[in-house]
Amino acid sequence: MRGLLTGAWELDPQVALRPEPFGALAYHYGNRRLTFLRSSDLVDLVRSLGDHASVDDALAASAIAADKWPSYERALESLAGSEVIRPR
Amino acid sequence: MSRLTDELKQGLDAPICLTWELTYGCNLACIHCLSSSGRRDPRELSTVEAKRVIDELRAMQVFYVNIGGGEPTIRSDFYELVDYAVGNGVGVKFSTNGSTINSERARRLAATDYLDVQISIDGATAATNDAVRGDGSYAMARQAMDHLAAANFGPFKISVVITRHNLAELDALQALADGYGAQLRLTRLRPSGRGADTWDELHPTADQQIELYHWLLDHPNTLTGDSFFHLSALGEALPGLNLCGAGRVVCLIDPVGDVYACPFVLHPEFRAGSVRDPGGFTHVWRGSDLFRSLREPESAGACASCGSYDACQGGCMAAKFFTGLPLDGPDPECVKGHGELALVGATAAPSVPRGPDHSVPVRLSRRRVS
Repeated sequence: MRGLLTGAWELDPQVALRPEPFGALAYHYGNRRLTFLRSSDLVDLVRSLGDHASVDDALAASAIAADKWPSYERALESLAGSEVIRPR
Repeated sequence: MSRLTDELKQGLDAPICLTWELTYGCNLACIHCLSSSGRRDPRELSTVEAKRVIDELRAMQVFYVNIGGGEPTIRSDFYELVDYAVGNGVGVKFSTNGSTINSERARRLAATDYLDVQISIDGATAATNDAVRGDGSYAMARQAMDHLAAANFGPFKISVVITRHNLAELDALQALADGYGAQLRLTRLRPSGRGADTWDELHPTADQQIELYHWLLDHPNTLTGDSFFHLSALGEALPGLNLCGAGRVVCLIDPVGDVYACPFVLHPEFRAGSVRDPGGFTHVWRGSDLFRSLREPESAGACASCGSYDACQGGCMAAKFFTGLPLDGPDPECVKGHGELALVGATAAPSVPRGPDHSVPVRLSRRRVS
């Protein structure tokens, strides 16, 4: 285990994603917060979280190079803070 | 400029959010009203037309609309439209002067999901507020807040246009919001609508702008709609996107369906089209000549030699336009003082351009704050 996000995660069901050239806009209908996902790889990763038992598994299954994983883990931590993703 | 900001400046296929003024009718006559509201316009969108707009917003994945006016709740179909929007995944935040929020209405609002309510006041005291918004308007707004709190609505928003006279009340406004468990939202006064007549006497002084900048840095959770990005030239950037989103990521739909670049430029020069045109709102957003031109790289113009241009982006298009300043020059409230100099020259202009005016013939009292 690395990073702060342990266990299994998923896109919060109250969040809608709108694809954009820079990645995606995420809107949480519950807390009404708007979040910018600033890469399409991050969008794919977030969408895939629900299919994997851990963040590490999702990263391993992704097209993201291993040396970039720490920055994606930090991005996911930030998304957890704004409730875009939630533990499951 | 980050890659994100660059891409936003080139515009998106759909707005991030938009402002929709449902009516020009209003029971108040605020002296700074950006839409010169008062009388209803007989050409207002019908219920069916408004629902068609909501259908488009859903299809474009616009997540929420900021509904205002005028006083939007005076439309008899107001709550029908709110329910229709929310039911279609288009969240609603509506601005109101509070006059129609009684205890029963507050309970119904509290029971509706995906709905934000924003009560407008322009001062922490009746004296300060009523001088701008009219006699009795402070008590009316506070009563609506009391009803929302009693109904456990949750964190509603208290929206304040910052003026020379209420800036000293920032801490008191924050305390008022905290007392209700509400969120404070502060926005910038623009010389738009009737604000063109009162901007000179209401806009914050240069010293007050510095005070506001530091207050905002000290209170980073304050909602601002990113409206004070011109202050970022004072140093550290304020939280938010710090760019003009007009026609790029936001726009305005007015009560008769006309689409403008932002809520503060109700003027033919910034009218992109109408939701009643063939192709509807979607076509206006994606295809209008005006919006396409606003998404082109802009020239720093007279600001090119200023080292702060990257921070302030030349300020607010509406503030420049309605004070008669060129759009590729400094904001009238430029914190480096360039706007004041430019305004001296602009006073020679024959007249300030005006947009649609629905003001009632006789205005409420316009007491000045001493």
